[in-house]
Amino acid sequence: MDRPRSLYEKVWQEHAVRTLRNGQTQLFIDTHLIHEVTSPQAFGMPERTYATVDHIVPTHTRLEPFEDALADEMIRELRKNCAENGIRFFDLDTGHQGIVHMVGPEQGITQPGTTIACGDSHTSTHGAFGAIAFGIGTSQVRDVLATQTLAMNELKVRRIEVNGRLRPGVYAKDVILHIIRTLGVKGGLGYAYEYAGDVFDRMSMEERMTVCNMSIEGGARCGYVNPDDTTFAYLEGRPYAPRGSAWDEAVARWRSLASDPGCSYDDVVTIRAEDIPPTVTWGINPGQAISIEQNVPTVEGAAEGERDSVAEALAHMKLTPGAPIAGTKVDVAFFGSCTNGRLSDFVEAARYLEGHRVHEGVHAIAVPGSQHVKAECERLGIDRVFKAAGFEWRDAGCSMCLAMNPDKLVGDQLCASTSNRNFKGRQGSPTGRTVLMSPVMVAAAAVTGKVSDAREVFGVAREAVA
Amino acid sequence: MALEKIRQIRGRAVPLPGDDIDTDRIIPARYLKCVTFDGLGDALFYDERFDEHGEPKAQPLNDPRFEGASILISGSNFGCGSSREHAPQSIARAGFRAVIAESFAEIFFGNATTLGLVCMAVAPDARRALTEAVRTDPGLEIELDVEAGRVRAGEMELDALLPPSAREALLEGYWDPLGELLEGVPEVQAVAERLGHVAAGA
Repeated sequence: MDRPRSLYEKVWQEHAVRTLRNGQTQLFIDTHLIHEVTSPQAFGMPERTYATVDHIVPTHTRLEPFEDALADEMIRELRKNCAENGIRFFDLDTGHQGIVHMVGPEQGITQPGTTIACGDSHTSTHGAFGAIAFGIGTSQVRDVLATQTLAMNELKVRRIEVNGRLRPGVYAKDVILHIIRTLGVKGGLGYAYEYAGDVFDRMSMEERMTVCNMSIEGGARCGYVNPDDTTFAYLEGRPYAPRGSAWDEAVARWRSLASDPGCSYDDVVTIRAEDIPPTVTWGINPGQAISIEQNVPTVEGAAEGERDSVAEALAHMKLTPGAPIAGTKVDVAFFGSCTNGRLSDFVEAARYLEGHRVHEGVHAIAVPGSQHVKAECERLGIDRVFKAAGFEWRDAGCSMCLAMNPDKLVGDQLCASTSNRNFKGRQGSPTGRTVLMSPVMVAAAAVTGKVSDAREVFGVAREAVA
Repeated sequence: MALEKIRQIRGRAVPLPGDDIDTDRIIPARYLKCVTFDGLGDALFYDERFDEHGEPKAQPLNDPRFEGASILISGSNFGCGSSREHAPQSIARAGFRAVIAESFAEIFFGNATTLGLVCMAVAPDARRALTEAVRTDPGLEIELDVEAGRVRAGEMELDALLPPSAREALLEGYWDPLGELLEGVPEVQAVAERLGHVAAGA
């Protein structure tokens, strides 16, 4: 019998073309996703490439030309490149446009056992399907366009098992923030993360995407969940998924790619689901996170090697050391991004938002991750719940996650955000402040005008009824 | 494609304190609105260097003592976050040839190496010693010896790590892998055929 192997190992070996002179592997890339920001500097020979526009698109109006001349030049450049090279482009008028990491799964382009590259670090999202998916730079976009391959080093694999049951009010976002908080923002350097255990087995594809999306925030270039029936049920019938007998063959093959029982890992970490609280960030990287019930750290209380970082983060965030994080005044609520801009995020938050109003003085915007999510929310009446509560209901794009479009924080505004990065200046103002949290927690923050425990605001029991 | 064989980098250095310096800080997203990388050098660490009125802040990159430095010294996980190649592009275009840090985020490291920007990792105490030495004497010449895996500065000689693949690529002058990847195209086609069952397409 063959030696048991992990999914990562199987996919790597299957896609290895040859060993390069310096010992790296020339790795075949099945699927290449491109967008307007990291590709226009690179165009060459396209194959197996799909494009969308997400980073720079305004979400308050779709009128072209865009007011921002540079943004307008970027979308025109991408259109021209795609047209000239015969690349499938999910443009604004197709009804399929969205954040690149939404479009791949929605279209069924993202498939198990494939290698996927994109000039965006959140490409790790696609690992939810059991794909080996990672972000690349523009020179590498060029390499893929020219050769359909990349020069890569094989990663180690760390299995992260979360077993047990999540408590009520704890979501996929809390799981990944807790993992990053536990292992650190550099804990994943050199690793692919394999997420496994009861909690991931039970998660929907959208929840798995939320977790895999933020692998890179923990330093892991890719993260994945082994493909299972949940994966196949999601993919079946999507436009680019196989059909008929090809579907059955694909499912059998995909199933065989899951990590073998008894395969070896370079590291294994086990976390109890019951230990994961609703988690929020207090600092300037996603690992600087605490339970909503905890207090903001103090410099003196930090480990010696971390005191400078803690001091810098506290100074930027203008938080009182030692004070509860709950109660921190919120100016902006941002709902969206490739982390939490999916249908289930809007549906879950709407359950609680219904009948509530956004607190006076809070600027709240809801930005569906894709045109499909937007249309589906509107079909279900979810948009009306958000609008009635006082959220602005926007068109699909990356928006205030990285603020390359007109959606930006102003001055030192503090934003309760469903996005993935709380870096200094990330949301468009150099002095702007970001607190990352789950969608339901952002809904609670919008309603109270403060960082809040959603379980209290919305009356959720802390323990599941047995 | 014959590229420069990078064996050594010599120059003065500027210390940038802090761990986890992310690529949003290295180059804020608003400077990503470009269809070429020209001019990105001026935007390097823009929001760290200038306040909201465009006035220079007290920051090492604005410190005249470090003017003309070609080596950055920083903490761990340098270049984390966004995959934007604009980050190493802006560092290189601002005149830097190397970064010494305690560790590097992987995407940044790959992007930088492909541009011939040398990234070498040193232990935390070595970084502290280097930082101190450069602050004391900004004119101090630092040498990165790619071949030997050493950083030398005055009397100091420090171990500096470079993954074997990057070391080889720099020393032999094929740090941009495109040429070699193109040589493999016949084998790529064979793999593509073998993987035919995973071809995407409606």
